[in-house]
Amino acid sequence: MTAKSKRLWHFNGGLHLPGNKKMSTGQPIARARLPKHLILPLQQHIGEPAEPIVKAGDKVLKGQLIAHATGYVSVPVHAPSSGTVVEISEQAVPHPSGMSAPCIVIETDGHDEWMTLPKPVPDYKKMNPSALRNRIRETGIVGLGGAGFPSFIKMNPGARMSIDTLILNGAECEPYITCDDMLMREHAKEILSGLLIIRHALQARQCLIGIEDNKPEAYAAMVEAFENIRKQQAADTDNIHILKIPTIYPAGSEKQIVTVLTGKEVPSNGLPIDIGIVCHNMGTAVATYHAVMRSQPLVSRIVTITGQGVKNPCNLDVPFGTPIKDLIEQCGGYTEEIKRMIIGGPMMGYTMPTDELPITKTINCVLCASEQEAPDPRPQMPCIRCGECTKVCPVQLLPQQMYWYSHAKDFDKIQDYHLFDCIECGCCAYVCPSHIPLVHYFRYAKTEIWAQERDKQKSDIARKRHEFRQERIDREKAEREERMRKKKEALKKSQGGSNELDPKKAAIQAAMERVRKKNEEIGINPKNTDGLTEEQQRKISEVDERRKRLQQHEKDNEHSINTPID
Amino acid sequence: MHFNNTSSPFLEPQNDVTIIMRRVIYALIPGVICCFILFGWGVFFNIIIASVTALSCEALILALRGRAIARPLNDGSALLTAILLAIALPSLAPWWLTVTATAFAIIIAKHLYGGLGYNPFNPAMIGYVVALISFPQQMTQWLAPHTGLHFSFSETAAIQFLGKTPATLQLDSMTMATPLDALKTQLSLSQTISEISTTPIFGIFGGAGWEWIGLSFLIGGCWLLFMGVIRWHIPIAMLLGLFLTAMFFHTIDSDTYSPPLFHLFSGGAMLGAFFIATDPVTASTTNRGRLIYGAGIGILTYIIRTWGGYPDGVAFAVLLMNMGVPTIDYYTQPRVLGARDE
Ligand code: SF4
Ligand code: SF4
Repeated sequence: MTAKSKRLWHFNGGLHLPGNKKMSTGQPIARARLPKHLILPLQQHIGEPAEPIVKAGDKVLKGQLIAHATGYVSVPVHAPSSGTVVEISEQAVPHPSGMSAPCIVIETDGHDEWMTLPKPVPDYKKMNPSALRNRIRETGIVGLGGAGFPSFIKMNPGARMSIDTLILNGAECEPYITCDDMLMREHAKEILSGLLIIRHALQARQCLIGIEDNKPEAYAAMVEAFENIRKQQAADTDNIHILKIPTIYPAGSEKQIVTVLTGKEVPSNGLPIDIGIVCHNMGTAVATYHAVMRSQPLVSRIVTITGQGVKNPCNLDVPFGTPIKDLIEQCGGYTEEIKRMIIGGPMMGYTMPTDELPITKTINCVLCASEQEAPDPRPQMPCIRCGECTKVCPVQLLPQQMYWYSHAKDFDKIQDYHLFDCIECGCCAYVCPSHIPLVHYFRYAKTEIWAQERDKQKSDIARKRHEFRQERIDREKAEREERMRKKKEALKKSQGGSNELDPKKAAIQAAMERVRKKNEEIGINPKNTDGLTEEQQRKISEVDERRKRLQQHEKDNEHSINTPID
Repeated sequence: MHFNNTSSPFLEPQNDVTIIMRRVIYALIPGVICCFILFGWGVFFNIIIASVTALSCEALILALRGRAIARPLNDGSALLTAILLAIALPSLAPWWLTVTATAFAIIIAKHLYGGLGYNPFNPAMIGYVVALISFPQQMTQWLAPHTGLHFSFSETAAIQFLGKTPATLQLDSMTMATPLDALKTQLSLSQTISEISTTPIFGIFGGAGWEWIGLSFLIGGCWLLFMGVIRWHIPIAMLLGLFLTAMFFHTIDSDTYSPPLFHLFSGGAMLGAFFIATDPVTASTTNRGRLIYGAGIGILTYIIRTWGGYPDGVAFAVLLMNMGVPTIDYYTQPRVLGARDE
């Protein structure tokens, strides 16, 4: 059903940005050339890094498991091509902080030879949803939209057993990026088959596919593929709607697309699943299809290589671990105009100082920007309170107030203005006439607050440890005394004498008194906190209060996240 | 290959403080031309004197504060303050009055509070009020419209810079109260509105001549709206606030209270609504807040005009509402997406 009548909603603010997408949609998706070395970070997802199960010198085949998941929020890593593991070492990885991280480095042998894959599932509908999720997990699928959250978790309806709406996000609202667009044009059938599988796992009542109206080819391809599928599997395809949504940045952001398609608002500090909605990405749907119908693990993805800084902008199907440098070469190299290397789009991406970095699961675009596309930041001027930032903020925050407080390092006040609801979309900074790097300030404030909370947690743990130790010492002491007393008593008894005072009670009392005193001391005079002003005291208690709330919240969430994979 | 890092978003910014300020200045052009036609060369001199004073003061203070001078000086904010103030002053104001008012606006009202972006009060209006309170006589001496060009360039210069009235003309006979002022005086002489409005100081729907000034500022203001430099909330709310209050009283007693259109097209109503109340630094920043802020200015303007001690109330109304901005902003925060209703 592609009912045009289905209603759409609007979110506040947003921007009409020049799309610059045509640049990279001229050619069909091509396969990236196999590089000599593949560099595979153990962490390409949100959560715990995977743990290597190979060592230098091991021969591996394409698709072979080389690092397994550790913990619940974690996924494994597979060899993207056949070859030999040459080392497991720290390598530069694409990350905004410019850090390096442990990676498995594979020297490819050029054969690109698949391992023997397990038998594909003939009929996913006969598969128990939890087995399906396990399969998804084993194949290493994460959200391919950019965040990289392990997908199997988002295929778990949790305690609800089923969800209301499954959204497939085809908005791709950031300028320049076209990998989902091309995927829809060329692989609509796989996307929709993947969607049906995810729907089965989630037992979703309806599926909504949102595609921005600047991608008419993709929309047409999807509709056509849908009609074909419907002819064969009519029963599975009811309550699926493919919808054109207006091109407004950031319509592809999770909370925004939920609002556009359903009119519902994801709760502040919450997740779409809280209101019975789950969003998946186009690439994730295709990966799911491959995982279930072909038993193939996730070993490559579509990446848009674009910008005025590269000769031949296009989309490539890239094995993970391929250095960006090799891709640029395949695209004809840099042009004269190359100025900046941006990972992701021009609104939410991050720059890297070098192109000697591997493609990971979360990289959807490499933007080789020219001076004109990504000029040096203009000098910052004072905020003139024009309110432009407020007007465009899709979350309806007050960026100028948040800026004020992050500038003043008042990290308590800034949270009253819902700092943590900021999706860092960059709309505010883009329109700010004073060229204030607002997002930069917000990220800084978030990092500082996390660091503070971590410190606080650490000192909490330390304090608890100290208290436990003290308690143990006191208890042991009391026990020792008790033993001594018993011995004495036994001695006395044997001597036939008796004591008026019950020594057992006295010893325990004494021990308890000591514990009480100790506690009192700790309670009254915790170190570093004496002589606080009222203001400081108030702030501390506010932070404590918030932390408590946070913990409570986490506890509540734990319930939904930590539901085991049945 | 090495690339430099910066932080997102990377796209070329589309907006710039300097461009905003410049556009506001361009939008003043029709109004300034109209004033020039009606009041003559004095308008021109006022703008020059105020601009030179403002830029010198700005440069001086920036130097004293140890800041970079060139960029802030070029941002146009001081120039805009100067021009707004110059338009608000009587066209034959002596040079020292303009200099004092402008210097006060820039040094005290703007920089003492921390400079651009930090001043809670509209600097131009502070300058205006300081002049109004300190030099009440000079401040009420307006040329009757259309008589302005009776003075030549050099005669005007002589009046403003040397205080010399040309021998051939009686200055006193050429200055007169503004329509708002006259209205107040006449009303106190227990004339009725209908009687007063037959006098030549009244035009078609506002004060004679003044209505054209109002119209030309309205045109400039509409251009600003069209260009997206200002938003509709403040001007519309202010004009509506003024209009509706005036209509209310006019309906009750049309002999004592002047008609609403007269209020819209007299004094500083249009200039205030589109150019002064919309100064982002001192206005409310939320949409609902802007409506309250604008309406407040409109209503206060009417109250001061009608019952206050000064003929025009726009400047006072703006400053009074400036005071309320933090409170208004606090209580009109938009609801964050997904926030639970409280
Ligand atoms: S857009 Fe920039 S200058 Fe305008 S209010 Fe926001 S932060 Fe201030
Ligand atoms: S970056 Fe944050 S504050 Fe700025 S517009 Fe986006 S959500 Fe709003």
